[in-house]
Amino acid sequence: MSARSGSAGLGLRICAFLVMAFLYLPLAIIFLYAFTTQSTSFTFPPPGLTTEWFSVAFRQSDMWSALRLSVTVATFATAVSLLLGGLLAAAVYRARFFGRDALAFVVVLPIALPGIVTGIALRSTVEQFGLPIGYWTIVVGHATFCIVIVYNNVVARLRRMSPNVVEASSDLGASGWQTFRWVVWPNVATAILAGGVLAFALSFDEIIVTTFTRGSEPTLPIYIYNSLFRPRNKPVTNVVALLAITVTFVPVLIAQLLTRDRESVR
Amino acid sequence: MLLLTPAVLWLVVVYLGSIAGLLRQSFWSIEEFTGLIDRTFTFTTYRQLVEPANRDIIVRTATLAASVTVLCAVLAFPLAYYMARFVTPRMKTFLYLAVLMPLWSSYLVRALSWRQILAEEGVLRWTLRKLHIDGVVDVILSAPLVGGSSLISSRFSLVLVYTYLWLPFMILPLETSLERIPRSFLEASSDLGAKPGLTFRRVVLPLAKPGLVAGSIFTFSLTLGDFILPSMFGTSAFTLGQQVFVQQGVAGNDPLAAVFTFVALVIMVVYLFLAKRAGAFEAL
Repeated sequence: MSARSGSAGLGLRICAFLVMAFLYLPLAIIFLYAFTTQSTSFTFPPPGLTTEWFSVAFRQSDMWSALRLSVTVATFATAVSLLLGGLLAAAVYRARFFGRDALAFVVVLPIALPGIVTGIALRSTVEQFGLPIGYWTIVVGHATFCIVIVYNNVVARLRRMSPNVVEASSDLGASGWQTFRWVVWPNVATAILAGGVLAFALSFDEIIVTTFTRGSEPTLPIYIYNSLFRPRNKPVTNVVALLAITVTFVPVLIAQLLTRDRESVR
Repeated sequence: MLLLTPAVLWLVVVYLGSIAGLLRQSFWSIEEFTGLIDRTFTFTTYRQLVEPANRDIIVRTATLAASVTVLCAVLAFPLAYYMARFVTPRMKTFLYLAVLMPLWSSYLVRALSWRQILAEEGVLRWTLRKLHIDGVVDVILSAPLVGGSSLISSRFSLVLVYTYLWLPFMILPLETSLERIPRSFLEASSDLGAKPGLTFRRVVLPLAKPGLVAGSIFTFSLTLGDFILPSMFGTSAFTLGQQVFVQQGVAGNDPLAAVFTFVALVIMVVYLFLAKRAGAFEAL
């Protein structure tokens, strides 16, 4: 561990601060303009503040149905990715087998390659088979990259777990199930939870793959995208944007804290 | 072994299988008169890539992705260096989360904010005017490569917003790399008489390379395939992602859309192999 040494130069501290401000000020702008009294433009400073856009936004039934679609899609995609990603991590951790490295490479592809590849590939193949595009194709598309998130989280935790504890458990006469339940599970539970939350957030915010794999119903990000080009009631979009951020922010923060804690005591 | 089957089946059948389906489609072509898809194997569609308009799209998008990557690296360095060297562990955890959190909020929402910041009477113009440097905007807008008719519809804005969106992807692996540089290396360098600038170029930068390359995978890949942002910012000149989107959708030319997707895919696979050789996967 490299020791911290002295203090940073003023220039470096200012630069670091500016970069951090650059990351967060735009989010403050979204918040600010959710309250502006202007309906069609974004004058700064806003001429006045109002909360009326919140009631306008919450009265829109299509916003609620988009939100519902996003939540159910993300729930299914998370369930699939928890099951498959968790099993994959367990298998990769436990066994050395032919093609393990190749598999580790394939696993990162859905994240490392542009989302447009996943989206259009899935769509064109589904169409070639004459299958319908809609709810389930969105879930399948999302699950494909969500698996990677769960896998990464769980496999990272398993690697930090000493293999000795599993051996010790079976040496002491525990069955496979007992070892899993009392030794492995307490170690990986928070990583699985964190992986699930992150998968949910990723699916909830996804737009590129969704554009190709959806039917006529919009998810919440697509609803926001479409409303960008509406000429009037522009702050309504900001209200919905705030809603979208709120849904994922707190769970993701908790998930990150759950995984960071363990890492720092390793 | 049983554990493996479902996930591998999913990745191989659903993911690689659909890419295979797309590959098959890229060897089809469109009949010029009927506009129908001809399902006989041909290289015709691939040959269209050398047409000037299509070649321009590829060059333009690759240049955009490269500029965004370089700009991200430049902006990421001070914060990553500060985090790696000068803060308490508690502060580091806090900063780490602060950098990470924007990545998990909708990228569309974060892009939306820039449409409001860059608006004609918006906060950026206002700030520059207060600082009496609003002439900068006109200089940018009339500059040859980054200019445009307004801030939102200039190429500058596209590069800026991409840089903003992907910056955390660069900061985090870079910080990991910088953190691993032993203090003694820097001391040795200065004991041997190197000035800070030389130490940076000859010691810090080479050891930061895995982190920079790891970060660049995301900044490059995500820019390469995106079609949402170019519809919100920048000029009307197409990017690769938009071309795929339009050919697949409105134009109904699925084979050409497939061909362009493979251009992006091949660029990224080559990039990933080079990155792996540069040790970037250990820095992820």
